[in-house]
Amino acid sequence: MTSAPARAARHGRAVPFFVVPFGVLFTLFYLLPIGYAIVQSLYKVERTGTFGPAREVFGGLVQYERVFADGAFWTSIGRVLAFGVVQVPVMLGLALLLALLLDSGLVRGRRFFRLAFFVPYAVPGVIAAIMWGFLYSPNLSPLKPVTSAIDFLSADLVLWAIANVVTWVYVGYNMLIIYSALLAIPAEVYEAARLDGAGQWRIAWSIKIPLVMPAIVLTTVFSIIGTLQLLAEPQVFRSFSSAVSSTYTPNLTVYSTSSIPNFNLAAAFSVVLALTTFVLSFVFLRFTNRKGVQ
Amino acid sequence: MSVTTSAPAGGAAGKIQESLFSRTGAMLVMAVSTLYFLTPIWWLFVGAGKRSDEFTSTNPLWFADFELFANIGDLLEYRDGVFLRWLLNSILYTGGAALIGTVLAAMCGYALAKYRFRGRELLFNVVLSGVLVPATALALPLFLLFSKVDATNTFWAVFLPSLVNPFGVYLARIYATAGVPDELLDAARIDGSGEVRTFFKVATRLMFPALVTIFLFHFVAVWNNFLLPLIMLSDERLFPVTLGLYTWNTQVNQIPELRGLVIVGALLSITPLVIAFLALQRFWRNGLGAGAVK
Repeated sequence: MTSAPARAARHGRAVPFFVVPFGVLFTLFYLLPIGYAIVQSLYKVERTGTFGPAREVFGGLVQYERVFADGAFWTSIGRVLAFGVVQVPVMLGLALLLALLLDSGLVRGRRFFRLAFFVPYAVPGVIAAIMWGFLYSPNLSPLKPVTSAIDFLSADLVLWAIANVVTWVYVGYNMLIIYSALLAIPAEVYEAARLDGAGQWRIAWSIKIPLVMPAIVLTTVFSIIGTLQLLAEPQVFRSFSSAVSSTYTPNLTVYSTSSIPNFNLAAAFSVVLALTTFVLSFVFLRFTNRKGVQ
Repeated sequence: MSVTTSAPAGGAAGKIQESLFSRTGAMLVMAVSTLYFLTPIWWLFVGAGKRSDEFTSTNPLWFADFELFANIGDLLEYRDGVFLRWLLNSILYTGGAALIGTVLAAMCGYALAKYRFRGRELLFNVVLSGVLVPATALALPLFLLFSKVDATNTFWAVFLPSLVNPFGVYLARIYATAGVPDELLDAARIDGSGEVRTFFKVATRLMFPALVTIFLFHFVAVWNNFLLPLIMLSDERLFPVTLGLYTWNTQVNQIPELRGLVIVGALLSITPLVIAFLALQRFWRNGLGAGAVK
């Protein structure tokens, strides 16, 4: 009989085989680019004279100063935050409502509805945006009376037109996550409540929702990350509406800055954006954890 | 006597009425939601069967002359059949990357769950924080790195970065911890099975539903990744179908005939996915449930 540590050490010889392939790719295509972006963001391009050769020199935080002075960038951050504050609760509220209804036993044909709501998730953002772009266009839309009265592609509404596309794609996916969490709740949990005379709504509110909170938190964090990353949908909408500028969302700013090209500034933009995403996700997690403890 | 018996009867009638009310309300919500989720898909299907002069002149939600197959023929012939090429690229990018990526993530997650080795927690934490890095923040530095080695505008520039799936490692660790008992691994060892063989013959079988979930998550992430191919690729023969349709859509104003092709192309590109998703949905649900409640 070998002792447990010795055994672990002997089996441990297999660890590199399991870990190295992923580890190498993760280092090459995650850690290295992040490090490279940070380094790039600290450089600037200098020219001797107006037409002299360009060379990269260390610029310290000069790119970050430009990022913080860039009004359009912060406007775009504000825009996606406004988008998220409205779209995420609407989407997750709808997902929660549909999941609760599916789980309530009030609905016939559950299988059909589950599938029907999930179908849009198979449509990638670009294609969903192209489709809805056509649907919003007054001369193609099946909702002609509505689209000829309201211009969804106008400067005032286009952000919410995009919000609708994102909602349409992701409600079913979020619903499925919440619904799976609901299915995992053992039936005995409901029995006491039912004996006390609690109805469907009461059980949903006081038992089901608190128990699926972890799933809701998970979907919220993913939605926050997704909101700050908005790119494909607004990029597509640029060909339907002149109201979507090349700096409409933070990621569009990064993309258009890099195609000018000003890679150093674009790198600084993406570092700031990644940090913003991190901070917001963490703040949200901390906030909800604390609430959970109380 | 009659008073006391009528009270519960009245209550029951109230309950039935309430339940009828709830049932009708629930079905109404389901019906409206179904219309919301499926109408755009239906519109796409109907539109794909129309001649381009019929788009504005006929009912958007009902068939005109059913020319779907002629339209598909036009699509496949357009520009030397570049669309088929795009479909093939998409299959290689998404299917290939998801398949290999799932195996790599599963191996790493399995090692994290089943072996104790130095740096295990560090590795896990680094990979976990990789989940929060927006994919779009990686695309730009990846482009710069690939241009250093002169490898932009190649198949590998999109394929290799798509192999990395930190979220898959996280899920694989959870599933391996919960679903692969240590006793079973010990039994395999006593039988003389090597660590690697045990993983592929025993562990992957137990983890199979989880692996399907990881594969699907990964597949969708690559399928939806728009910025990476947009930045990396300039040769349209290398495009995935999403990027191809996007570029056609930006040219609709100059070349109106492209509108019809975009609609048929969108339908063709999402159909196999919708079918695959519906077929694999069972796995989705089980896997998601395990992930959501941990």
